[in-house]
Amino acid sequence: MDYTILIGGAAGQGIETVVHLLERTIKRSGYHVFTYKNYMSMVRGGHNFMQVRFSDKPLYTYKTKVDMIFALTEESVQIHRENLNEDGIILVDDEMLQEEDFYHLSLNKIAKEIGNSKIIPTIGFGAIVKYLGMDIEIAENAVKEMFKDRILEVNLKGLIKGYDIGIEKYSIELKKDENIIINGNQALALGAIAAGVKYYCGYPMTPSTSVMSYISSKASQMGILVDQIEDEVGALNMVLGATYAGVRAMTGSSGGGFALMTEAMSLAGITELPAVIVNAQRPGPATGLSTRTEQGDLRFVIHSGHGEFPKMVISLRTPEDAFYQTARAFNLAEKYQMPVILLTEEYLTDYMMTSKPFEFDKIRIERYLSSKDELEEGRYKRYKYTDNGVSPRINPGQYEDKIVLVDSHEHDEYGNIDEAIETRNKMMDKRMKKFEILANEVEEPWQMGVDNPEILFVAFGATYGALKEAVDELNKEKSSFGALVYGDIWPFPTKLINELGKNAKKIITIEQNRTGQLESLINEKTRLVVGGRILKYDGRPLNGDEIVKEYKKLK
Amino acid sequence: MNCEYELYDPSWCPGCGNYMIRTALKQALEELNIPPYKAVIVTGIGQAAKMPHYINANGFNGLHGRALPPAIGIKLSNKDLTVIAESGDGDTYGEGGNHFINTIRRNINIAHFVHDNQIYGLTKGQGSPTTALGQITTLQYEGVKVEPVKPLALSLTMGAGFVARGFSGDIPHLVELMKEAILYKGYAHLDILQPCVVWNKVNTYQWYKDRAYKLPDDYDYTDFDLAYKKALEFGDEIPIGILYKVERETYEDRFEFIRNGKPLVDVKLDPMDAEKLMNDFY
Ligand SMILES: Cc1ncc(C[n+]2csc(CCOP(=O)(O)OP(=O)(O)O)c2C)c(N)n1
Ligand SMILES: [Mg+2]
Repeated sequence: MDYTILIGGAAGQGIETVVHLLERTIKRSGYHVFTYKNYMSMVRGGHNFMQVRFSDKPLYTYKTKVDMIFALTEESVQIHRENLNEDGIILVDDEMLQEEDFYHLSLNKIAKEIGNSKIIPTIGFGAIVKYLGMDIEIAENAVKEMFKDRILEVNLKGLIKGYDIGIEKYSIELKKDENIIINGNQALALGAIAAGVKYYCGYPMTPSTSVMSYISSKASQMGILVDQIEDEVGALNMVLGATYAGVRAMTGSSGGGFALMTEAMSLAGITELPAVIVNAQRPGPATGLSTRTEQGDLRFVIHSGHGEFPKMVISLRTPEDAFYQTARAFNLAEKYQMPVILLTEEYLTDYMMTSKPFEFDKIRIERYLSSKDELEEGRYKRYKYTDNGVSPRINPGQYEDKIVLVDSHEHDEYGNIDEAIETRNKMMDKRMKKFEILANEVEEPWQMGVDNPEILFVAFGATYGALKEAVDELNKEKSSFGALVYGDIWPFPTKLINELGKNAKKIITIEQNRTGQLESLINEKTRLVVGGRILKYDGRPLNGDEIVKEYKKLK
Repeated sequence: MNCEYELYDPSWCPGCGNYMIRTALKQALEELNIPPYKAVIVTGIGQAAKMPHYINANGFNGLHGRALPPAIGIKLSNKDLTVIAESGDGDTYGEGGNHFINTIRRNINIAHFVHDNQIYGLTKGQGSPTTALGQITTLQYEGVKVEPVKPLALSLTMGAGFVARGFSGDIPHLVELMKEAILYKGYAHLDILQPCVVWNKVNTYQWYKDRAYKLPDDYDYTDFDLAYKKALEFGDEIPIGILYKVERETYEDRFEFIRNGKPLVDVKLDPMDAEKLMNDFY
């Protein structure tokens, strides 16, 4: 079974409500769920839609075709009916539209009888529960968790009424449910909290804001200081103050706000202070498409900050990946005393996906702080020359006879301004040495498909899900496809791509940008030749169906 | 405990007001018995901002205009440290203006010493936000064409609970102001008149000396209207001393876990503490 329900309507009509109730009810019935959310940048009006897909097998992306449309406006019927599967159905209010073959219900009339027009989504939800033959008790519990008091009462009435008047088409078998359902930003935030983030400051910007608002919702409970500050310029400087003082700190934004952080990115480089920074991409330039998705900032984040200094960029692939990579980023930032950028994208920040519960006991917290006896006698050398370029790190206020001095100028081992030729050369080499060592510990991309593919797809970040389903689909026809999806992307891991790329007949990059930024990295860091590319930059996420279609066009 | 602050050789010009400010800073910290390892001096970029290199305290010499943001991050992470932000007039009121305004609103317990020489010293004499209208500089050949910032009036209107002005030419008085600012619980703004002997030939040592006068003993520094009037006085007479001082709740005290808890830097980290948060996602 692989079934998709699309809910469409205007912003503010309650699409989110239906989706949330469906997600929970279906998941708790033991199924895998994947919800794709499509927003316009509007609080009221506009056209929004979401697609809840479920199956007894794990899901990684959304489908182009849908099986049911629950239309809250006429417009959503017009826009989406061409994507309805042949045996699909359109659920509408009978006062809104009268068309043969539609699944008509008196949603509006019932809502009026119950006395609250806002419960239309819940009545529709009740009818869908009946249609799919799901357990009404599970649905009831989901409603009870979502509403309170009088609002709960009317919604429960709406649910039951919708269920009563609905028709039953399927009968979904109850299975055991052990999964969680979560989106990329929630998972990222959970990873940060698990890693012990104690200070998060930032300035709201879609699609990064939900990281900050999630952490904020747990701030007092977890003892985390979450601070909405004046601008993104301040944000990263504050974070560096915090990590200098010795706490784990983080900030995040989207392209424009991230741009304002680049001056301090460079400061992190020369002061050798750890920091974890999220860039949640949306299509640029400038304000671009503020609620849509893109992978247009890859080269920008890699090169963010003036001058040359070590940094790491990790692109996030799934919510589960976001959780573990975020926790790992805090360790790496402290191990190498450098900024680590988590590169995510709107699609991943918003889509909801069932995952195995995260294993918090697998998270290691490694601080790499030096103890007193590892330090030299006398004045503390914050930037002591060492074989691996990493100097012993302590916190200010920790030892009575040690003061800690960090500096944005070129400096000597103590952190004092120094312009001597020898110092400059040695300090540059010391910092870049860290990057060389880091390059040995980066993780190779995830590999999928056959072991020795003829056609090798290469992608990064959230394209993972779409590519996974596309490769599985293509391999059904002819078992010759493979793919690599980058997570760690700077320093750029080259081992696997060289191994597979050598023997592949063709390498095809798949990216959500216009200029092929990943391809340019492959050109720069390997001798491989990219033979084809699938590029999408309309702000809408690629799915598996689309990759298969585009691949066939390439041939 | 060692509370003595070693000094290192500065690269400031002979006669620069920064020497006097450093002398006062050393004396203030020593008289308050704050050991160097518990004090942090956070600066931006400029001549004034080189301070951490010339005195043996913890130091964060960051970016131009950005002294306050790291100071905030440090204080919120470790409330046991004495945090002093220090920088020039250009750094503070120009490049860092937005941080200045918002740090005042936040009222975090840090002291802020602004070395106000009414000029860009490090970059060789361009007009600063406090350079007088009409003053000829190395960049404004026909004279500065914008009105100067009135720093104390600005911090007062933004709600600062401690607003003061000192003069680098009166070290004993400056030491007292610095001590008061450090002891004040909240954000303390101390603007320090400082001659730049090379790039500002108008606001010389003598110029300030002729104008600076101490606020009288019976001055009521809790009177906002009076303080505001004094804050605008910058001509033939310039008042020095504490213009305004009242109690205000600090930002950090508004968080129960900071007010009553350990400094954040001392909290033990354990991933399992967060596992319960996953319950929301079943
Ligand atoms: C982003 C940025 N812009 C400009 C500069 C150049 N710059 C450094 S210090 C400074 C002005 C210094 O004036 P002030 O803050 O008053 O300090 P002073 O040297 O007078 O003590 C300027 C323009 C810089 N370092 N960084
Ligand atoms: Mg100046």
